[in-house]
Amino acid sequence: MTAIDLGIPGLTGVPTTDEKQTARDYKSDQEVRWCPGCGDYIVLNTMQSFLPSLGLKRENIVFVSGIGCSSRFPYYMNTYGMHSIHGRAPAIATGLAVSRPDLSVWVVTGDGDALSIGGNHLIHTLRRNVNLKILLFNNRIYGLTKGQYSPTSEEGKVTKSTPVGSLDHPFNPVSLALGAEASFVGRALDSDKAGLTSVLRQAAEHRGSALVEIYQNCPIFNDGAFDVLKDADEAQRRIINVVDGEPIRFGREGEYCVTREGFGLAVAKSADVDASDIVIHDASDLNLSFALSRLSTQDLSHTVTGVFRRADRPTYDDSARAQVNEAKASKAADLGKLLHGKDTWTVVG
Amino acid sequence: MSTETRKLDRVVIRFAGDSGDGMQLTGDRFTSEAAAFGNDLATQPNFPAEIRAPQGTLPGVSSFQLHFADYDILTPGDRPDVLVAMNPAALKANVVDLPDGGILIVNTDEFTKRNLTKVGYDSNPLEDDSLEKFQVHKVAMATMTIGALEETGLGKKDAERAKNMFALGLLSWMYHRPTEGTERFLREKFSKKPDIAEANVLAFRAGYYYGETTEAFAVTYEVAPAKLNVGTYRQITGNTATAYGIVAAAQRSKLPVVLGTYPITPASDILHELSKHKNFDITTVQAEDEIAGIGIALGASYGGALGVTSTSGPGIALKSETIGLAVMTELPLLVIDVQRGGPSTGLPTKTEQADLLQAMFGRNGESPVPIVAPQSPSDCFDAVLDACRIALKYRTPVLFLSDGAVANGSEPWLIPDVDSLPDLGVEFATDPENFQPYSRDPETLARPWAVPGTPGLQHRIGGLEKQDITGNISYDPENHDRMVRLRQAKIDGIEVPDVEVDDPSGEAKVLVVGWGSSYGPIGAAARRVRKLGLPVAHAHLRHLNPFPKNLGEVLRRYDKVIVPEMNLGQLALLLRAKYLVDAMSYTKVQGLPFKAEELQDVLADVIKGVSA
Repeated sequence: MTAIDLGIPGLTGVPTTDEKQTARDYKSDQEVRWCPGCGDYIVLNTMQSFLPSLGLKRENIVFVSGIGCSSRFPYYMNTYGMHSIHGRAPAIATGLAVSRPDLSVWVVTGDGDALSIGGNHLIHTLRRNVNLKILLFNNRIYGLTKGQYSPTSEEGKVTKSTPVGSLDHPFNPVSLALGAEASFVGRALDSDKAGLTSVLRQAAEHRGSALVEIYQNCPIFNDGAFDVLKDADEAQRRIINVVDGEPIRFGREGEYCVTREGFGLAVAKSADVDASDIVIHDASDLNLSFALSRLSTQDLSHTVTGVFRRADRPTYDDSARAQVNEAKASKAADLGKLLHGKDTWTVVG
Repeated sequence: MSTETRKLDRVVIRFAGDSGDGMQLTGDRFTSEAAAFGNDLATQPNFPAEIRAPQGTLPGVSSFQLHFADYDILTPGDRPDVLVAMNPAALKANVVDLPDGGILIVNTDEFTKRNLTKVGYDSNPLEDDSLEKFQVHKVAMATMTIGALEETGLGKKDAERAKNMFALGLLSWMYHRPTEGTERFLREKFSKKPDIAEANVLAFRAGYYYGETTEAFAVTYEVAPAKLNVGTYRQITGNTATAYGIVAAAQRSKLPVVLGTYPITPASDILHELSKHKNFDITTVQAEDEIAGIGIALGASYGGALGVTSTSGPGIALKSETIGLAVMTELPLLVIDVQRGGPSTGLPTKTEQADLLQAMFGRNGESPVPIVAPQSPSDCFDAVLDACRIALKYRTPVLFLSDGAVANGSEPWLIPDVDSLPDLGVEFATDPENFQPYSRDPETLARPWAVPGTPGLQHRIGGLEKQDITGNISYDPENHDRMVRLRQAKIDGIEVPDVEVDDPSGEAKVLVVGWGSSYGPIGAAARRVRKLGLPVAHAHLRHLNPFPKNLGEVLRRYDKVIVPEMNLGQLALLLRAKYLVDAMSYTKVQGLPFKAEELQDVLADVIKGVSA
């Protein structure tokens, strides 16, 4: 039995099992060694609770990571896994995905790993649309090297390497991914188990590269970076959760909404605008997705969560396999013939 | 006047022109004619790094040298006996290599004042006495080509472009070459443009008839077929042979191949060739950079394919960290380095052997990798097959050190019988009973290849130090020491054939040791000094790591060991360090292969010194 029966495009070709799985089945025998209070624990638990619902054979799931705190993730998953080298996980995972259609391949990376040293691989993987799910743990700091600013740290950040403030302007990872032609981009908060699970599920179901940015707290070097989003009252004013096909409203009673303004979007009070002016989210509309990404500001005065973009286009690995299969079907693999080529001559004794 | 025909045992011809003049094609066709005739041959193209350097300038000169003979030859030849110069720049850049009395055939149409000035000729060398020591043939090739094509209605510019075929036709006549193959080739090559095909055939014939009818050429030459081993041959370049070796490895291991690579001179042709053979279950991925290329290859190997990456020296520098990861994760991986002049961007289109120590040591930590080097264009096939054997059997990255000279050079290849190729079959781990990711085969010390998708073998690997047997992360000092030694022992224990020594007289006191593409010039030089009555032994290394087991004993057998290399003595350094022998270095780094002539002098001096 394969997942093709379930009609989940992202998992077509990956064998499923009827055996009941629990989160416990996905815990490896390795002791989890992140700092107490690290957001990575919550993400790990969410992932371990979520995966059984896919019903995949555990041995057909692979986690590939780079270097950084979050990249220890594969050690704690009782699946196959590779903890590779800094920034290169998307490339290694691409090789795996191209050669093995029967695997569900996940990449675990951080803001330094994915956006700094591995920036090139990230954008090209997204552009190619390799069937990989990329979880970008963004804590806006370098944790494993003990607290230098990262490419998502705010300007002027005072760290060990920038005692008088950093000079770098940060990336908006969602905007970057959309600019890199990503076919799926989502964002969630580490502390929002339901929201994260929902985005992870949609990412798993999507066939193609899925980038999921996870705001993740580093309690040691950047504690509280996302606290304003975790305070119940503040969160109501700041978090704009989008759902495909639905009007974009937020706040406790939906008292805020998103409207069009110039070439972009703006936040308004729902009471002040005509209901028909409230933007309806369309994850297939790249311009809308991009405009939503720009509503999210570095200072978190607004943060969009959910799935920004979800678009169908051929994946690199499927297409590469199709070319190979077509060649195999149309031309026999005759090594002798290949070696002889067109021009030969024979020496007789 | 009837022409006289002289018999020769060997000839070296060099075609030289502007990089837009089609010299590579011309040389390639003459090579095919020589092959079809049954000569032994070897070729060496030499082209600029610029795709189209300004027309008529010295940096834009492209040449193709071909050596053909009635006996087995080892090199493309030191110097041309015949130089075909299509313009003043080609003349100026190449005439220094033409020996006194050599034949010089010049396309006079390009010798305009402007073109002469462009390359710094104050006066026309065809009109002064500067070329008087050569046999000069002045031929208005462009004019005659245009004339021959007048009736085709082809524009002057298009017609003039066929002048390289005129030159080929003339040379084909001079050397009694068969012509059918070239005509057939031209018709096939330009099958979509029949008028261009016809123009090229007409130009080719015009050159041939010009030789036949003009009285300018008093002598033609014959080089009889060579006595080669019985069998079916084809002509092959090193890069093609490398690609075919990989296809053969895929077939003999029954594994899919994933080539992850980034275009780089002079390795790109391996990508081009492999991308044509998807029917052999070969996937080629042109990655975003060198690092992604090897990452993709390693990811594919992790998934149970034969991962391959191809590059040149600068690319190896970028791939080093991933090679280290492959050493740590102990996965099979073929890393091809087609060496070129370095450091940095260096000389992209020129050859060098200066990446040996980079291959050997160019990673952080104790990171041993096997190294295999082909000795000639056709040898790339067997050598790369052997590199794949080592990678698959010992679960290790293997460095394959080709170079620009073997990659672009060509020679006849006795096509092997497919069934005689080694079986490279692999066994994947499947048994969950007592499975340990870092347990080892007692003989090879290889760890199990347990690919994702195998039930019950779920495990995690990575770049952090592994605990022996379990593969868990370990920071234990004793364990690290043990693992470093185990990884080294695995490479040291790789089975490689003993090195053979070529010493026909058995009386040599001097041993010349080489590796890689210097095989031809060293072998030719050894033959020459032996003809002078000076015995010399030649050992050529395909395996640079580990060295053949008998190498120490071989080195100690001789009074003197000399090591010619196209670097500053990298192999010599390794031999001295490992075997405590007083190996002498002879080095040259001009971006060009050694000449047999210069090595002959070097060897003769050493041998005389030892005897004295």
